[in-house]
Amino acid sequence: MEKLEELKLVVSSSPHVKSDETIEKIMYTVILALLPAAGAGIYFFGINAATVIMLSIVTAVACEALMQKAMGRRIAVKDGSALLTGLLLAMNLPSNAPWWLVIIGSAFAIIIGKQIFGGLGFNIFNPALAARVFLIISWPVQMTTWPKPTTIFSKTLVDAVTGATPLGLLKSELLLKNNIGEAANISLIDMIVGNIGGSLGEVSAILLLLGGIFLIYRSYISWHIPVSFIGTVVIISAIFWIIDPARYAGPLFHVLTGGLMLGAFFMATDYVTSPITPKGMLIFGFGCGFITILIRLFGAYPEGVSFAILLMNIVTPLIDKYVKPTLFGEVKKGA
Amino acid sequence: MEGFKGGIHPSYSKEKTERLPIIEAKVPKRVVIPISQHIGAPCEPIVKIGDAVKKGQKIGEAKGFVSAPVHSSISGKVTAIAKFPHPSGRDALSIVIESDGTDEWVEGLSERTDYLKLSPEELKKIINNAGIVGLGGATFPTHVKLSPPPEKKIRAVILNGAECEPYLTADHRLMVERPEEIVEGLRIILKLLNVQYGYIGVEANKPDAISRLTEVVSRIPKQKASETYVERSGIEWTKDVETGPNIRVIGLEVKYPQGAEKQLIKATLNREVPSGGLPMDVGVVVQNVGTAAAIYNAVRYSRPLIDRITTVTGVVTYPKNLRVRIGTLVSDLIEECGGFSEEPGKVIMGGPMMGMGQHTLNVPIIKGSSGILVLPKTAAGQPEFYDCIRCGACVRVCPMGLMPNMLSICGELRIVDAGVEFKPMDCIECGCCSYVCPSKRPIVHFIRYIKNELSIKKAKAKEKKEAVKG
Repeated sequence: MEKLEELKLVVSSSPHVKSDETIEKIMYTVILALLPAAGAGIYFFGINAATVIMLSIVTAVACEALMQKAMGRRIAVKDGSALLTGLLLAMNLPSNAPWWLVIIGSAFAIIIGKQIFGGLGFNIFNPALAARVFLIISWPVQMTTWPKPTTIFSKTLVDAVTGATPLGLLKSELLLKNNIGEAANISLIDMIVGNIGGSLGEVSAILLLLGGIFLIYRSYISWHIPVSFIGTVVIISAIFWIIDPARYAGPLFHVLTGGLMLGAFFMATDYVTSPITPKGMLIFGFGCGFITILIRLFGAYPEGVSFAILLMNIVTPLIDKYVKPTLFGEVKKGA
Repeated sequence: MEGFKGGIHPSYSKEKTERLPIIEAKVPKRVVIPISQHIGAPCEPIVKIGDAVKKGQKIGEAKGFVSAPVHSSISGKVTAIAKFPHPSGRDALSIVIESDGTDEWVEGLSERTDYLKLSPEELKKIINNAGIVGLGGATFPTHVKLSPPPEKKIRAVILNGAECEPYLTADHRLMVERPEEIVEGLRIILKLLNVQYGYIGVEANKPDAISRLTEVVSRIPKQKASETYVERSGIEWTKDVETGPNIRVIGLEVKYPQGAEKQLIKATLNREVPSGGLPMDVGVVVQNVGTAAAIYNAVRYSRPLIDRITTVTGVVTYPKNLRVRIGTLVSDLIEECGGFSEEPGKVIMGGPMMGMGQHTLNVPIIKGSSGILVLPKTAAGQPEFYDCIRCGACVRVCPMGLMPNMLSICGELRIVDAGVEFKPMDCIECGCCSYVCPSKRPIVHFIRYIKNELSIKKAKAKEKKEAVKG
């Protein structure tokens, strides 16, 4: 009995058990889902792509640690969120981006995009996208010079040859010839596997799709944003394509090219910057899709995914304010 | 079956005790019986130090309507009436009785065989006198729940046999071993409330309980009765029909918190209790299966509530389902189960999702103690928590359709007024949100803080208003 008296028992508020879900587990699972597409980038664009990825990740993690230390916060780099941001930014860059551009972008993502807002959970914009848009506006030339995909095994000097992305080609052909011209000749298979020009991580539509499905299957993301985002792009592009197929590319073209797959599955679904309820997610996804296709069809830029998601990030708090879950017992009040 | 939205599937961990028959715990040498074991006004001691008391003798008288008496659970002598540790965490006035070793029942307990013929008032009086409260853990005085205001027409009674809390198997064993008591208890409640339809909701992971209850229900004799119906033409018919109490045993989806009152009603009858309302607002009364058995024992054998079934599990050498006398100290039960099998870190009264952590083993088993769960030191720590990453997991699992993420932030920042927008008072504190949170945020704790601050505010406002009036 005396021995029992000495017991030191923990007293805390219920519940007394917790699931084994952690931030790390979520972040590293998302990273895992991105790896195949990142690998495809290295395959098509060679060692430069790997360098960009490494540089971006190292800078992001280092900046995160430095900022947390400087701001007196808990050092939480092992949660994987900075690593993920670094990887995502790299996947949104051309493989031949100069080293200083990568470092500036990655530092911007973590310092301006994330830490000055208060760190993970408080940022308004998706940090990687904020950085990408910052780079596009600041260094448009470096950000839109796209190496042609070869393969890692080819003898040609990688990055020696540059060319347009399918969306870039579409835009320029439309300006020059007032029709989709050469863009119609891009092979469907190339678009699916990623043998096209573009940011190093956005080209392989099929691997991004598989990664996204994996995340939905593991319920780390829900289907609402990707489906409404891509669905909106498909529907609107199909309408224009049906009206005038000579001037407008088909929905398949729009889905498989540019940053749509990467954006819809991995960037727009960022927890911190997207709505929390399924209904809110549908609205968010629709908004992303609408702005994307608007920019692609009528804007000055060939691609609009980044802008679309960033613009919708701004609306997220508003969506969350007005789209709330249905309270139990609220609907049938007075029944 | 539509079921309720949200919920979680924690590891149920019931294997240790789900097949162990209920055994009588040793009669303790000493019991500590708090005068407050229920929601409502504490009762008043009606014995003095030195008084000899018998098992089943009333030692505390209910004060007011929302209150319940307490009875001695052993026969012996009152040795102290003082403040003792209480499972709520605060010390509470308790009556201490040392056993005389005879374990004799108080005189005058009579058996009634025609109990179903008693009037509702008589039944209510018996239940009230027996000190019966909700044994599922909420401990609301049962006679109050069985006295709905006349304007609330009760159409169905649901017995709660979900037992969705992990680890606990007390209700499960009761349903398997004593289904007759439960079903008879339900018949008494139906009679008392003059209700036709009774349901017993059991999670589908207890097929043995479902089949035992179903078998007992099928044996209830049917009664001949006549029913009239009017044809369209206006001709009136009278026909003989067989009726009995209409009791159904319902297998429920295995999902926590299936046993939460509002969620149980939704899953069983697809009715939603309005926000801020009570089950009677949708014509339903819910009672725990253990309460029904206690009602039966009180009505049939005049036995007051002096014991209950408690699962003792976790890191104890021999986990058990015990029939325990109210007032038995937790330390006695741990000893009876062979002591700790591992260094204990937490001793929880109730289940792991909603139970209360105890700071000492010198607390008594009270009427609402469904289990004693000992967690090892390795599982007792409170993990460091992080900022909300808005993953939305808590929103998806919340069975009340709340936004626990926002409530937890308001609680953490102590901005209680901002929290009101997110309906903290609708929270049933089931713990699903805290369970799933990847940032390990103590969400329920923050919500409790908001709720508490709001009720303090409300009380103050009331005081002020009354002061102005006076």
